[in-house]
Amino acid sequence: MSVTLATVSYIGATILFILSLGGLSNPETSRRGNLYGMIGMTIAVLATVFGPQVTSGGYAWIVGAMVVGASIGLYAARIVKMTQMPELVALMHSLVGLAAMLVGFANYIDPAAAGVFKGAEKTIHELEIYIGILIGAVTFTGSVIAFGKLSGKITGKPLLLPARHWINLTGLLLVIWFGGVFINTHSVSDGMTPLIVMTVIALLFGIHMVMAIGGADMPVVISMLNSYSGWAAAATGFMLNNNLLIVTGALVGSSGAILSYIMCRAMNRHFVAVIAGGFGTGSGTPAVASGGAQPAGEVFPILAPETAELLRTAKNVIIVPGYGMAVAQAQHSVYEITKFLRDKGVNVRFGIHPVAGRMPGHMNVLLAEAKVPYDIVMEMDELNGDFPDTDVSMVIGANDIVNPAAQEDPTSPIAGMPVLEVWKAKTSIVMKRSMASGYAGVDNPLFYKDNNRMLFGDAKKMLDEVLVALKG
Amino acid sequence: MPQVIGVPTETAAGEKRVATVPEVVEKLIKLGFKVAVQSGAGEAANFSDEVYRAAGADIVPDAARLWASSDIVFKVRAPSAEEVGLVRAGQAIVAFIWPAQNPDLMQQLAAKKATVLAMDSVPRISRAQKLDALSSMANIAGYRAVIEAAHQFGRFFTGQITAAGKVPPAKVFVIGAGVAGLAAIGTASGLGAIVRANDTRPEVGDQVKSMGGEFVTVDYQEDGTGVGGYAKVMSEGFLKAQAEVFARQAKEVDIIITTALIPGKPAPKLITGEMVKSMKPGSVIVDMAAEQGGNCELTVPHQVTVKHGVTIIGYSDLPSRLAKQSSTLYATNLFRLSEELCKAKDGVINVNMEDEVIRGTTVIKDGNITWPPPAPRLSAAPPAVAKPAAVAVKAQGGHGKSGAPASGRSTAIIFGVAAVLFWFIGANAPAEFLAHFTVFVLACFVGYMVVWNVTPALHTPLMSVTNAISSIIAIGALVQVAPPLLAGAGGGDRPELWILGLAVVGIGLTSINMFGGFAVTQRMLEMFRK
Repeated sequence: MSVTLATVSYIGATILFILSLGGLSNPETSRRGNLYGMIGMTIAVLATVFGPQVTSGGYAWIVGAMVVGASIGLYAARIVKMTQMPELVALMHSLVGLAAMLVGFANYIDPAAAGVFKGAEKTIHELEIYIGILIGAVTFTGSVIAFGKLSGKITGKPLLLPARHWINLTGLLLVIWFGGVFINTHSVSDGMTPLIVMTVIALLFGIHMVMAIGGADMPVVISMLNSYSGWAAAATGFMLNNNLLIVTGALVGSSGAILSYIMCRAMNRHFVAVIAGGFGTGSGTPAVASGGAQPAGEVFPILAPETAELLRTAKNVIIVPGYGMAVAQAQHSVYEITKFLRDKGVNVRFGIHPVAGRMPGHMNVLLAEAKVPYDIVMEMDELNGDFPDTDVSMVIGANDIVNPAAQEDPTSPIAGMPVLEVWKAKTSIVMKRSMASGYAGVDNPLFYKDNNRMLFGDAKKMLDEVLVALKG
Repeated sequence: MPQVIGVPTETAAGEKRVATVPEVVEKLIKLGFKVAVQSGAGEAANFSDEVYRAAGADIVPDAARLWASSDIVFKVRAPSAEEVGLVRAGQAIVAFIWPAQNPDLMQQLAAKKATVLAMDSVPRISRAQKLDALSSMANIAGYRAVIEAAHQFGRFFTGQITAAGKVPPAKVFVIGAGVAGLAAIGTASGLGAIVRANDTRPEVGDQVKSMGGEFVTVDYQEDGTGVGGYAKVMSEGFLKAQAEVFARQAKEVDIIITTALIPGKPAPKLITGEMVKSMKPGSVIVDMAAEQGGNCELTVPHQVTVKHGVTIIGYSDLPSRLAKQSSTLYATNLFRLSEELCKAKDGVINVNMEDEVIRGTTVIKDGNITWPPPAPRLSAAPPAVAKPAAVAVKAQGGHGKSGAPASGRSTAIIFGVAAVLFWFIGANAPAEFLAHFTVFVLACFVGYMVVWNVTPALHTPLMSVTNAISSIIAIGALVQVAPPLLAGAGGGDRPELWILGLAVVGIGLTSINMFGGFAVTQRMLEMFRK
């Protein structure tokens, strides 16, 4: 295959990738979008393998490596549970990061790749290698830690080292300093030391950065790592003078960046504040300062039969799921209840907060898995105005995203965060394991409202009991 | 030292209720109180002494001993003359007192230096709903009214088509859609009747509909909403228009249930003798306002009478006719009051006159008459701070759309920084880099435009598909496996093995991503269905 033919194939692959992302604007077109993505990837790989840059001597290696990788990937894709999607995605990000690192190193030690550059071109090329490895390394360890946190292997609590901002700043300065040293070296063996030192710093930085971020900020972190893996691909593209890599990397990078932005806005927080770690640590102790506004009053606990009774007599029901539903694996029970109620003519809908769960769109995927039709699963803005006409709003394992303090108490740490206004329904039912406050550490005045009922217990167990009571 | 709550047997004739039930005894004991129940107190409501004892109550043989040993007395009806004689100084009494109707009783209790909490005086604020015994009793009365009517009515409520012929559904007209009226509407429509209802307060129309009734309006503009959610006296013009509506309904319906009461006034006469005469023989009227004089001219309080072929039920003890249910609800109301009185859960009540609910309920405090209470603060306007916050949230624009245009100043700063950056790159970078840079910048914009269109429901598939696509980095590894070596490019000292190793591992890793990512995306997207 000639150079020009390979280039044209790359353009085709680029278009297919863009169409693939565009297809996701609607569930109807999304399956075709995914297909475009697969075709694009196939074209890109084939054009490369049979293109001018690969000789026949490498075919065996390529096929071998791809078969091994493909079998692992397909196996993982088949067995993964939908509740584990965030973990899987995090793990996959780490693979991209690691691959970017490896490609960077291989490129650096390959004299065939470096030999042709002179002067400013050489400097830029080395800079590209340096930055590519840097981003790859941060993505790699960051994603591994994110995976650990999501799968519960590492505690979800933010690890806040003293003077952590200074540690990060020192790391950044060291990276810049070694970058200077690296560019000014003249042989591969001389440049290896600063490159490896930088890699170690970047790896540590990736660990430290994600360790400092708490469980509920995970949607932001996942999107951010998604973005990084794209930028890593783009940097590799610069390094290899490959436009396909640059374009694809930029697409993925901006996609992740937009998701991070959406997630931050849904929590009314600044991106920098999330990345800096912890919750509310930057703004002193507002939770304590607002002591006068501490919610007080009566909590009305109820049991499953009463919940069933409320649901049975309702005409409009909105269910607001949160991470607790995923933890309890309760989505199938939710579906059974939904189905029962819908068969009875009850208008059941779901209200999804953008940051519900541990990754963007997590709840939608879980509900889709449980066969909940997607046209009754609404975004927050679509149904927030409907709560006053709703008889029962049922909150399953969510807390901060339904906290009225975000609207009512300007001193609350989550003030201004958009929330689902479940308390405007005639009755709201909150399913929770205990009275513990949510991730933000803010007490929830919703629990003390007169029209709120608390159903304590494991979400799945309680929902199953509710279902039995409904059918009984 | 925990205080003793005493529950005597009700002395009023025909009163079957009791002020506590075994279930609530347990809860009261958890609050730290001791509970004493007079022997036989719950008999009429089907609660035996044994059950009370099992729940932890002491059974006291007679009323005199019970009153003597109790710090707090829970009753349903106001104390009788004999019972007033048993009251000790400092004792607290909780019961329906009706202070406006019973000024003599109030004087006697005050003279005894007692503290009296009247369950009929609980303020109508949302926090106090759980101890609103009037609503509990009204709810039961409304239910029982329908049951009494059904008992007297000679036909089915629900329409049926049987082998023996067609049965039309009964038509029920409910006057007054308060708690009792709504309960009656719900019960009657639950039995299958066609239910219509009227109320002078137009805003209850939706509540009537929600209970399964049809709201009949009076064609006359006047709002009958009084203080605290009760009705007020209406103008003459309205009453005339209303009477016409009622006369028309009387001819049509089979059952009329009247619940119209105006606080502190005799019940309005809404159903005239003429209207009764116009009703079909066999029809039933349940006059729930009988005790306050009745809404129907022909009602005889406490009795069932037949006038013009229409059965008129004037029972004033409807809750007592459902003694087990009403005792349970009343006991729960009293328990909620106890919780308010004993926040420390130490078994000692604190009649805190600063607390709005307790202030309203307390009609005599240590011998001083504190009734009527100051007007309740209406639970109306929410804190004003809520508004600006809500507006601020709105201003952030919808999810999935880009926000409002940034301010001119920050836009200028961004453009300035970008210009400097571009100048720097343009001045220093080689031409080939710029070609790539162009592609990169444009691709970022394409990505930006495309991704904003992605529906939030598909954010997880978006992440997994972008993740799969980012395995395009495999190309970087592919070109390193076996590149065509350029002559004179220093190929001699190329560390083949290292590069091959790194590249092959890289291909393996990205393949996991590539295949796994697309496969899992496909699996997810398959699940999204209508």
